[in-house]
Amino acid sequence: MRHRFEVLISLRPGLLDPQGKAVEGALPAMGWTNVSGVRVGKHVELTVDAASQAEARAQVEEMARRLLSNPVIEDFRIVAAEAVRG
Amino acid sequence: MNGSPRIGVVTFPGSLDDRDALRAVRFMGGEGVPLWHADPDLRDVEAVILPGGFSYGDYLRCGAIARFAPIMDPLVRFAARGGPIVGICNGFQILCEAGLLPGALIRNRSLRFVCRFVDVRVETSLSPLTEGLVAGEVLRVPVKHGEGQFVASADDLARVEERGLVVFRYCAPDGAIDDACNVNGAANAIAGVRNEAGNVVGLMPHPEHAVDPDLGPTGGQPMLASLLSRALARV
Repeated sequence: MRHRFEVLISLRPGLLDPQGKAVEGALPAMGWTNVSGVRVGKHVELTVDAASQAEARAQVEEMARRLLSNPVIEDFRIVAAEAVRG
Repeated sequence: MNGSPRIGVVTFPGSLDDRDALRAVRFMGGEGVPLWHADPDLRDVEAVILPGGFSYGDYLRCGAIARFAPIMDPLVRFAARGGPIVGICNGFQILCEAGLLPGALIRNRSLRFVCRFVDVRVETSLSPLTEGLVAGEVLRVPVKHGEGQFVASADDLARVEERGLVVFRYCAPDGAIDDACNVNGAANAIAGVRNEAGNVVGLMPHPEHAVDPDLGPTGGQPMLASLLSRALARV
């Protein structure tokens, strides 16, 4: 069974996010003066072939910890999409 | 053969400064040994430089993919045996990603790529680049990077400071630490750090671009001289 996941990677709270700051700085120029707390992260989608959803998720956790994110500066969140058939 | 230390320089796909590093090693009297990211061993070198550039296109994060290159296994073992390793710029990022050095490098505070000469203050003589130097000495070397802002968790940063792991800080020409001289917004103006054992060092500035007086400042000379003497001790 193939299982589809999304991994959302964000800079740790408290770490300065220069990209978020730049985006936040650009929004008022477009009229949105009511925006704060912009953070820019990464979004990785992947499909894992595994016997069960739990097994697939455990593997994605390890991928996220060891490669997709850097635990020194980033947190991650895993969101399961519906199982992909075939 | 001739008694000069063999310094390996690893080329990853996307490395830029490998040739400059090899040239600088030879300029300083060492034997530069080209190494390839897919090599299974380090060809018996006495020290290794991971050069600057954009290994694997800096995809995902700077250094994140290079960290899993085949040569990294022998490199990690070399580090554990006390082998001197220097990571410059992208090489610094790779060493942090590999967990051989504390902290990480993120986008510059200014969001701009910086390319200029900077002054760095030596903070410790306990590193492969600062042996024979005295804390407080100021060296002029170039930087050129977009993601060189050193950061670490509060705990890690405290440990780095307490254990004396900071090797270089960005400073004014007289050695004063001044936020205006902190080119990338690095935590505590940190330009370079070492590991606990003192054999692995990483820095954002480029000593290999600052050895030839015909080309400008020569702040890289004492750093590479230090590396060569550390390597020579292992011959």
